[in-house]
Amino acid sequence: MTEIAVTVNGRVYREAVEPRLLLSDFLRGRLGLTGTHVGCEHGVCGACTIRFDGVAARSCLLLAVQADGAEIVTVEGLARNGALTPLQEAFRSHHALQCGFCTPGILMAAEDLLSRAAPPTRDEIVDLLSGHLCRCTGYTPIVDAIAEIARA
Amino acid sequence: MKPPPFRYVRADTLEEALAALAAEGEDAKVLAGGQSLVPALNMRLVRPGALVDVNRVGGLDAVTRRNGSLAVGATVRQADARLLAHPLLAQALPHVGHVVTRNRGTVCGSVAHADPAAELPLCLVLLDGTVRARSERGGREVRAPQFFLSHFTTALEPGELVVETVWPLPEDGAGAGFCEVAQRRGDYALCMAGALVRGDDLRVVVGSVVDRPTQLDVDPERPGESAASQVEPWGNTHASAGYLKELVRVVVDRAVAQARQRAAA
Repeated sequence: MTEIAVTVNGRVYREAVEPRLLLSDFLRGRLGLTGTHVGCEHGVCGACTIRFDGVAARSCLLLAVQADGAEIVTVEGLARNGALTPLQEAFRSHHALQCGFCTPGILMAAEDLLSRAAPPTRDEIVDLLSGHLCRCTGYTPIVDAIAEIARA
Repeated sequence: MKPPPFRYVRADTLEEALAALAAEGEDAKVLAGGQSLVPALNMRLVRPGALVDVNRVGGLDAVTRRNGSLAVGATVRQADARLLAHPLLAQALPHVGHVVTRNRGTVCGSVAHADPAAELPLCLVLLDGTVRARSERGGREVRAPQFFLSHFTTALEPGELVVETVWPLPEDGAGAGFCEVAQRRGDYALCMAGALVRGDDLRVVVGSVVDRPTQLDVDPERPGESAASQVEPWGNTHASAGYLKELVRVVVDRAVAQARQRAAA
């Protein structure tokens, strides 16, 4: 077991973890933050995407031990006191989610893209979403929701 | 879909990383970006005794212009904007996985992993670049065409770490081209080709349909056709052997056309 100290959504956690524990399972099983979803567990579906030291990353392809000292934001860290972020509001108004399985990963990846210096083009948004599998709404409303924030 | 048990060694310096790799020998795997290694662990395709994590090793994150080349350190991520200074990397990198996997995946890790369907090994062979490896015994340089031996197999010895890969920049008047066909954006290529043109010189490398990036001597008048006649792709569930052979013709012709256009520009 290895001791780690990791900041998740602004709160510091000190935990002993086995080296083979995936960060996605640490977040869900140990910290109870089940908003991070686990789909394929090999980096293809995008459902487990979080922000790791500010950068969007697959939590199923990171080990919990690698997060020692890291600052992590999961989907639970977006809304403040029940108030959704503008991106989350845009997902609602554009009907950009149905079952919601892929949504947390897409939100975290899109938040990273939208935080870059230049607002993303529609093509860049589509390219980002090639790494996120959605099987119900179709991608058009998701692209529309992210594009609305990019324009704002 | 969970990794088997392994020892985890976090190296903070190059010396620590090399000592750990020497101590663990053949049983060790280097953990850098982890975008290929961790899926393989999750699927239990590999069961290394130890992972040596080099992410915190200082001094391996440089991108340096040196003697007409771009030298890229071991922990430089595929998303690093400094890589776009190389015209071939700028063309090929958007095809390497997805935005989010490029945030973690490293350039040198992709080279060391040597997936025959990966874009970066093909580019390194096309440019006749160099892999710089270090171990406790010292350092050595391996030219890319000699580095890739077969599927996921390289000239790296146990105990060695790729510390840098060196990517020659196309000279003035030269042009590089890259083309691939994949089922979806970000998937591994079904077939891909790179071309380098300088004056009458034409260099063509194909990937995915061969066990390692492979340079072909092609007829400059009909590069695609002559490339396709030299490879025997094996079919798979996604594409028949005949279709892949046709793709070789198409991607080689497109890569060569693009390289010629850039050389003329």
